[in-house]
Order: sequence, then C-alpha cells, then structure tokens
Amino acid sequence: MPTRQEQAAGWRAPGQDAGWLNPIRERFLLRLLVRKELRVRYRGSALGMLWSYVKPAVQFIVFYIALGIFLQLQRDTPAYAVYLFSGIVVINLFSEVFGNATRSITGNQALVSKIYLPSELFPWASMIVALVHFLPQLVVLVIGALLFGWLPSTTAAIAFVLGIVILVGFTMGLGMITAALNAAFRDVENFVDLIVMVATWLSPVLYRISMVEEQIGGTLWWWVYQLNPLTIVVELFHTAFWRYSRPVVEVIDAEPWLRAPGEPFGLWWAGMLIAVATFVIGTVVFERAKRRFAQEL
Amino acid sequence: MSPHIDAVPESAAVPTDREMVRIEKVTKEFSLRHDHSLKELVFSALQRKKLADSFLALDQVDLTVHAGETVGLIGFNGSGKSTLLKTISGVLYPDTGRVLLRGRVAGLIEVGAGFHPDLSGRENVYLNGAILGMSREQIDEKFDEIVAFSEIEEFIDTDVKYYSSGMFLRLAFSVAVHTEPDIFLVDEILSVGDEPFQRKCLERIRELQKAGRTMVVVSHELEMLERLCTRIVVLQKGRTIFDGDPAEAVRTLRAS
Repeated sequence: MPTRQEQAAGWRAPGQDAGWLNPIRERFLLRLLVRKELRVRYRGSALGMLWSYVKPAVQFIVFYIALGIFLQLQRDTPAYAVYLFSGIVVINLFSEVFGNATRSITGNQALVSKIYLPSELFPWASMIVALVHFLPQLVVLVIGALLFGWLPSTTAAIAFVLGIVILVGFTMGLGMITAALNAAFRDVENFVDLIVMVATWLSPVLYRISMVEEQIGGTLWWWVYQLNPLTIVVELFHTAFWRYSRPVVEVIDAEPWLRAPGEPFGLWWAGMLIAVATFVIGTVVFERAKRRFAQEL
Repeated sequence: MSPHIDAVPESAAVPTDREMVRIEKVTKEFSLRHDHSLKELVFSALQRKKLADSFLALDQVDLTVHAGETVGLIGFNGSGKSTLLKTISGVLYPDTGRVLLRGRVAGLIEVGAGFHPDLSGRENVYLNGAILGMSREQIDEKFDEIVAFSEIEEFIDTDVKYYSSGMFLRLAFSVAVHTEPDIFLVDEILSVGDEPFQRKCLERIRELQKAGRTMVVVSHELEMLERLCTRIVVLQKGRTIFDGDPAEAVRTLRAS
C-alpha cells in the first residue's frame, strides 16, 4: 500500500478499488454483465425466458398433487395452492441466488484470471439475474392470490418488502462466502446444491408451521427451526399473499391453528439481524479472498 | 505470424522523468498443483505434509517505468514476464514487496478475454470497453472509430461466434487500443491479423507513443521490440538480469 505521502503524489496500488461499494460505483459495467448473463442463459433455446415459468409451474403441480391431494394437506389448509406457491417462489429465489453466486467466480474464470475488474460485480450480477427470473413467478403468484380472493394491503406490502430484503441480504452473504470458497475448492458447489435441496423441506413451504410446533414445540430444535431465515421469509410471504385472503380470513376464528406465531411479521427482526450479519461477514470474507482468485483458478 | 521487420516503425516514444510505475522488491510464488480437493486438503493437514511444490515466478524484482517510455519485457518461457505484467494490472498481488501506479492502467493481457461468443460485435464492444474501464459516454464517443479501425463494419451486429478468428482479434484489439489509459500493458498482441492490419496496429502503437502514453510490452518478437522500445528488461527465472539499452538487452538474452 502506498503511504499517505505517496498517495498525495498520485500513487495507488493496482487492484485497489472501492471494495463492497464497487457494484454501486460500477453500475454501467454491472448492467452490461447482467445483460450478458441474461442473453447467454437461454442461448439457442426456443422457449427462452419461458423456461423460468415452466420450471416453477411443474414443481408446483407435482407438489400440489403429491402433498395437497395425496397427503390431503389441501383439506385442512384453505387456499393451499397459494400457500404452497408463495413458499415455492421464496425457495426458488434462494436457490437461484445462492447457486448462481457460488458459481459466479469460477464461471467467469476467463475474465477473473486475465483482466483486472472488481470481482464483487460477479456475484452481484448473478443476484440481479436471479431477481429478473423471480419477477415472472411473482406475477403468477399475485394473479393466483387475486383469484383466491386476496387483496393488496399495507400489511402485505410490508411483509413482502421485509421478506425480500431479508432473503436477498442473507443469501448474498452466504453466496459471497461460497463463491470465494468455490474458487479454491470446487467441492463447495456440490455442497451448495445439497443445501438447496434440503431447504424446501426445512422451512414451512409444503406444510404449516403449526404442524412443526406440535411435534417439536418447546424444544431447542423448535427455536432453531424458527430462527432459520428461510422460515422467517416463507412466513412473511404467507402473511403477504395467503394469510389475509378471503378463504383464510373466513375460517381463522374457527381454526386458530392457522395463525402463525407472532403475527403478522413474526420474527422479522431476528431475520433482519441474521441477514445483515451474514451479508457483512460474506462481504468481508469475499474482500479478503478476492486477491487470490486469479491464481487459484 | 510475426510482422515483417521493415513494417515496424521506429520508436516514437519520448521518455520523461515522471515515474508512472514503481515495482519494489516484488516476489510472487505459485503452487504448482492447485487443483486440490477438500479431501486432499484435510488429509495433508492431518499428516502435516506440504500440499504442493511451489515455484518462484518473481524473485525480488525492482523496476521503475517513467511516463512516455515504452519498456519491453523479454525472457524465455517461464521467466516471469506475464506474471510481472499481471501484478502491474492488479490481477495478481505480490506476496512481498509492492507495486505502485500513477494514472489509469489498461491491460491487453489477453486480447479478447472478455469477449463472449453469444453476443453481437456491438454488445461485445460495449462490454469490453466497460471491462477495460471506459464509461458509457467514452464508448459512445469512440464507437465509430473502434469499428472503423477493426474494418468489420458490416458484421458489427452479427454474433461474434460467426466471426473468423482474424475478425475477432481485430475487433478485440481495436477496443483495447481505444481505451486511452495512461499506462498500457501489452502481452503478445502484435501478432494479430494479416500484414496490413499488423502494420496498422504498429502505426497505432506509434501514435500512442507520440501522445506520451506509457507502455509495458511483453513479446517474443525480439527484433520488433528492439525497434519499438526505449528500454528493455531481461528476465530470467523471475529475476531481472538486464535493464537498459534495447539492442544490448536482446544480445544479453541471446547470450544467456
């Protein structure tokens, strides 16, 4: 590092950049990288962007038939389709941000190892790409919820914004750690796939949180389960799109177990704390590791 | 393909006293086997065994480059030329010692590294311009010039994957030479395209020299470097063994 005197004379060290502020400073380059990702993702495919509708649709139908009909979850849960889908979109966004961010450094090997550019841009670009793919799913979710007699409200808007912020902050934090680790050990991406696979089942996406409480309520595990940021976000999405729709409101007094603990926003503050902490740790780990990316790839 | 020696213009560089790059006792070590898995790492940690052999790519290198100079780096394969260039560009960090710069750097470390085959020529110009540090306005302003220089006007909206390798390299080189950095890092790029295009590239380099740009060039084309550079540094196994007059540098390398 140059001394203060040298800095005054215009000296700087190569590769010295704005660190975690890079994605904001280099907006133009970030936008071009996002556009590249979007163009490249569906190259040569006839359906193109339509695939980001097809995948969640198939997932939804399979879960609905297997769990809603065969295991009869839809009998006790009003508007189960909306309940299910609002959880699925959360897990999908989580999987895509986490998976893409993890592969963002190794996937851009040609650039990282040959030309200097702020490497924070890669996980950030993949996060933005994931958000773009999330949009059509969100549209489908909103239309579905409206069909089930849901009306937009302030509570819904707050719950949705809280959920997105917690989810993106938390997942980006994890993603930057795994991206840095993945540059050194490719095992990490397989590990991430494993977490993504388990995530659907360890948060109340398919079943209701009250069923978990019945089984493990009062134990330490119940708290671990509740403090899982994904549980918090899924519950916030239920508040946003399901809890205040007509079919649920109509039966809620007769069936109080439909209520989630701590309505309407549950443990949002804990989720926010965990998200901020993860994001900060992720950024610090990434900043420290990025100097070694070029030689590790 | 190397350019014909008569096509290489005499150096037009005008060295000044202002220092632009300062490399102080830089050492860089690489481990030779770096595709280790987590399993290997755990086992070697348990057995307290060293995981990989290391090799010294740069060993206490000192070098100062002044504004307006064109400095050549020569040496045999594995002598550390490219590693040195990469530490100046910021891709690699020195293990010990330090590198200081003044002004903006653009590296032509590998022409076309940032090009994506599934994007059109136009999109690639923007993406690469931005990667090399240009702003949107700068690229807008230079766009026509870049395309004209590359001589592929009619294919600019075609996907780059349909380009011939010559067209591809011409466009990539054209973007790179229009980035207008203060310090230019050039690695083996003067063997791009056919002879008329090479002549044009060298002409462009000469223009940049005249405009007072600082350049650090790595190449195996010794005759060409001898004419183009104001100073040549000879590297051998990561150490500088000569730094000075181009003709003498080339003789030193050939004698070693």
